[in-house]
Amino acid sequence: MLDVKKIREDFPILKREVNGNPLIYFDNAATSQTPQVVIDAIVDYYSNYNANIHRGVHSLSQEATDAYEEARIKIQKHFNAAKPYEIILTAGTTHAINLVAHGFASILKEGEEILVSALEHHSNIVPWQMLCEKTGAILKVIPQTESGELDMDAFAKALSPNLKLVFVNHVSNALGTINPIEHIIKEAHKVGATVLIDGAQATPHIKPDVQALDADFYVCSAHKICGPTGVGILYGKEEWLTKLPPYQGGGEMIDQVSFEKTTYAGLPHKFEAGTPNICGGIATGAGLDYMNAIGFDNIARYEDELLQYGTEKLLEIEGLKIYGTSAHKTAVISFNVGNIHPYDIGTILDKLGIAVRTGHHCAQPIMEYYKIPGTVRASFSFYNTKEEIDTFVAGLKRAVTMLS
Amino acid sequence: MASIKEIQDEIVDEFSMFEDWMQRYEYMIDLGKSLPMIDNQFKTDDYIIKGCQSKVWVHADMTDGEIAFTADSDAIITKGIIAILIRAFSGQPPQAIIDADTSFIDEIGLKDHLSPTRANGLVSMIKQIKLYAVAYQTQLN
Repeated sequence: MLDVKKIREDFPILKREVNGNPLIYFDNAATSQTPQVVIDAIVDYYSNYNANIHRGVHSLSQEATDAYEEARIKIQKHFNAAKPYEIILTAGTTHAINLVAHGFASILKEGEEILVSALEHHSNIVPWQMLCEKTGAILKVIPQTESGELDMDAFAKALSPNLKLVFVNHVSNALGTINPIEHIIKEAHKVGATVLIDGAQATPHIKPDVQALDADFYVCSAHKICGPTGVGILYGKEEWLTKLPPYQGGGEMIDQVSFEKTTYAGLPHKFEAGTPNICGGIATGAGLDYMNAIGFDNIARYEDELLQYGTEKLLEIEGLKIYGTSAHKTAVISFNVGNIHPYDIGTILDKLGIAVRTGHHCAQPIMEYYKIPGTVRASFSFYNTKEEIDTFVAGLKRAVTMLS
Repeated sequence: MASIKEIQDEIVDEFSMFEDWMQRYEYMIDLGKSLPMIDNQFKTDDYIIKGCQSKVWVHADMTDGEIAFTADSDAIITKGIIAILIRAFSGQPPQAIIDADTSFIDEIGLKDHLSPTRANGLVSMIKQIKLYAVAYQTQLN
């Protein structure tokens, strides 16, 4: 059991009011809130050992380097990566995906195939389209079903020796569906394809074991796992990270430089050109420590309770339709009420101090599938409560009355 | 015809009677329902305003030196906002629209909708209305 009351004390932002009402934060799928320990880690870094890393001989630089590399090891352990240098710190999930896509530009050949799922965030569609334009590779899509799951028969049919890359999110950001990535990775590997998993939405709820999954790449963002914004995590198998060319040139990523030839640094520095987000990396480690102390099993169990409770309560509202009804979901409820525009509902809820997401959630193909302009998305975290869900449902009823 | 400033003052007066945001929004929703509807032939991508989370279409026509605006949106609060704008700017000569101040938006408590991060695109709507006015003004010159 989680002591939610105690946990809420860890998040200063949960004490604030919005438009005269206590904040109810149900936009966790967009970004998680930040616990005091992570804020403290940021303050501690800038107050006590702010220095550039990896080069300085002075003590501050040593301390900062140690803390940054310790954070990398924390991340490695969290994801059960085989080596610390298989963890690359980027500016975010989108940046990590672009890094991999850029690398494949020199590997892919014309006519070879890339498979993406219909449930992808735009950040996992656009880089591959750009890659296809550059290489002449062909982009194929795994379609979705009415319940918001991937059409696995269509996936099976798409497998061929010509398939080189598969990109699937672990959890859909718009619908919350948990995709069967173990199966997808296994089947894709049988035809020799490489698999990148976008774990941005999964990592707040699930502790992935990248070795057990046998994922070639796994990416996610620190700001969704109680960490700071501006930090992404890229896990890549050593063989792949060695094979991919560097993404950006600059300091940190070089070994020897002359005007004739530059040799690149080894992993992970090859992909971390320039001064990295040192403080952000350290704070990311603090965020993972915080969540691991609570325990991901506890988090998943409690959030599932919130999901069941919220789903039941919402379905009591006449005309409410939930999009994404898979039995395997994280605590995300995407819905509309009758013909009311999601934007209208979001605006009224905001006035009541309730933060939800409205719109297409950067997943326009999904909205196209359902023929809707967007949805209202409420996403819960382990610091939310059933009481908050009650207030939210009451607020939603009020909004529906006003808007009907 | 009252001037833009007079109409804006009138709108500010009406809104000052409301005690809380609920009443203000309920009034805006009512205004949205009475929006001068755009002809269906103009509800196309050519007339859509970018930068809005909801779809907004605006069309303008000039007769006898005065511009008449019609509009529609798929979101009712957005319709209310645009109804207020149309009331303030429709039936006016282009130059008056170009010169018009829009600070009355602050005074009726919709200031938060003016921030560029707001997805309703109030800023884009005002810009589009002014662009129509500029276009028609060039015809008059």
